[in-house]
Amino acid sequence: MAILPQRFAPDQCQAVAREVFAARRGQPGALLPILHDIQDRLGAVPPDLLPMIAEELCLSRAEVHGVVSFYHDFRASPPGRHVLKLCQAEACQSMGVKTLTAELEQRLGVSLGETLEDGSLSFEAVYCLGNCACAPSAMLNGELHGRVDAEELMALLAEQETLA
Amino acid sequence: MNPSITVYVPRDVTALSLGADKVAKALVTEAAARGIELNLVRNGSRGLFWLEPLVEVATSAGRVAYGPVKARDVAGLFEAGFLEGGAHPLGHGLTEEIEYLKRQERLTFARAGITDPLSLDDYIAHDGYRGLRRALGMTPEAIVAEVTESGLRGRGGAAFPTGIKWRTVLGCEATQKYIVCNADEGDSGTFSDRMVMEDDPFVLIEGMTIAGLAVGATVGYIYLRSEYPHAEAVLKAAIASANAAGYLGDDLLGSGHAFHLELRRGAGAYICGEETALLESVEGKRGTVRPKPPLPAIEGLFGKPTVINNVISLASVPIILDKGGAYYKDYGMGRSLGTLPIQLTGNIARGGLIEKAFGITLRELLYEYGGGSASGRPIRAVQVGGPLGAYLPESQFDTPLDYEAFAALGAVLGHGGIVVFDDTVDMADMARYAMEFCAVESCGKCTPCRIGSTRGEELLDQIIVARSEGPQPGRIELLKSLCDTMLGASLCALGGMTPYPVMSALNHFPEDFGDSAEAR
Repeated sequence: MAILPQRFAPDQCQAVAREVFAARRGQPGALLPILHDIQDRLGAVPPDLLPMIAEELCLSRAEVHGVVSFYHDFRASPPGRHVLKLCQAEACQSMGVKTLTAELEQRLGVSLGETLEDGSLSFEAVYCLGNCACAPSAMLNGELHGRVDAEELMALLAEQETLA
Repeated sequence: MNPSITVYVPRDVTALSLGADKVAKALVTEAAARGIELNLVRNGSRGLFWLEPLVEVATSAGRVAYGPVKARDVAGLFEAGFLEGGAHPLGHGLTEEIEYLKRQERLTFARAGITDPLSLDDYIAHDGYRGLRRALGMTPEAIVAEVTESGLRGRGGAAFPTGIKWRTVLGCEATQKYIVCNADEGDSGTFSDRMVMEDDPFVLIEGMTIAGLAVGATVGYIYLRSEYPHAEAVLKAAIASANAAGYLGDDLLGSGHAFHLELRRGAGAYICGEETALLESVEGKRGTVRPKPPLPAIEGLFGKPTVINNVISLASVPIILDKGGAYYKDYGMGRSLGTLPIQLTGNIARGGLIEKAFGITLRELLYEYGGGSASGRPIRAVQVGGPLGAYLPESQFDTPLDYEAFAALGAVLGHGGIVVFDDTVDMADMARYAMEFCAVESCGKCTPCRIGSTRGEELLDQIIVARSEGPQPGRIELLKSLCDTMLGASLCALGGMTPYPVMSALNHFPEDFGDSAEAR
């Protein structure tokens, strides 16, 4: 399983964090919005930024670490260039997502929850995309796809790779 | 040829997931090539998801429906004269006459699929903001009384009477009160909150504003799950429009009342759909469950009195204020009054949103609306009420959808989601999944949930491996005892209700756990 390096140099990450702090200053309960803003821009919440975030919000580093590690969304290292999320919840199970997951793992050469060595793709589990009447559902780079099968997803990935 | 014909292609994410954008693009291109002027409206979805992308054309007789339309069907539609409602294999006649829709009672979803979700003018032209205008002329006590009169109970799943919750907050003295909307719709098999937010966002904004007037709260938060980026974009745009037009802000329609609304994005934690964990999350903390009391109504967000309601509950408020509590409560049965937006999902031929008065049976929903399973195989089980809801076998399909009738079976209606499984489902696998999900999503605060779910997963793994050897009374007893502990001793519904799917699977489908029907 590949853990990809940060996309930006430490000083760039810190500059982004300072911009985010300035925009969120004074907002009650700002920690989650700050973490989202940082991850939206950097692809991850680099662990090196946690002391800065703690200082900005007058929290302990342990408290910030506790929050970052609690939520499934926040990641310490950036994902692959493409992110394919496949819903694993009940409605998608009723339409065979377990078989589909196994087939994709084999064809993509990566296990669910992991990133390809070349950094091209992260294959992730998600629990409900709210598209349960058209299962199984997948989200590729933020776009939702319903009633998917392996052929369609492989074609979509190939299309994305061409566009990139 | 008419100078400009209005064609509707939904922008709801389910329609998009099936190619609605490509269809819209093909329609525009084809119309241009034929020299036809098209007025393309990106409406919400009607919720007839098996027909998406559902293209509608405005004709003198009404809106005519075609679906499911693929981009490659577009040229053929023009050839068939669909702009005049011409016959085509994908045609369904007048949208409003489609049985699935015609037999519904759309109160909360009155506008869904009809209007352009982001057009405030459209919203107002279709009875929007009538509830707020009436509320602005009422005392807080009278607004609360109207909601109480309606019999509305929390549609998130707990079914607590909304009016009583509001009255508690109204009765609290505080420098600041809050309205919090729980839009962390994490249950598999549900999408009604998402549909409100994507297809009629102003109804939620209006409902929250009325709640603010009712209890004296000037600040509201919508806590939206991160898995719904399309809903986030629509809500943000709708909030901006409402602010610009004076429907939100310091001076609501010149009344002197203030209400400010902020959208907060969750971060992928199912437990944040639990109201106290949600409040912790809005405060910027780990989403762990708070012990109750104190109730959030008394000490909620930032320690202040807080109304926390589900999207559907809040979105039902405008019509209650507009038409009166008595109008709303005329729908339904027993103590389940009004309508429930039911979501028919999973292995079902005609999945979608069905808003009906309480009292319809599962069998009507599954076969008359749903048309049986998608696979064509017999339906073996349905899970009602999300990952914490019970599995019901065919023998219980005549149960009416009513909070009390379901409680009597040891089941829940929850948020109205129904997931259908055909006869290929392995119910021991589903029971194991329930424990696994609880283990992944447990906030860790209480032991029965945190440890119990992991032990339950291990135990079910053992049962599944050994079941071919026959009944396993020892392990089954242990599983029952574990479920009993989780049910009685967990801090919130996650640990407390995970036993529902597990025990219902075990009780109704013992053959999947190594027990033969004869042995029981």
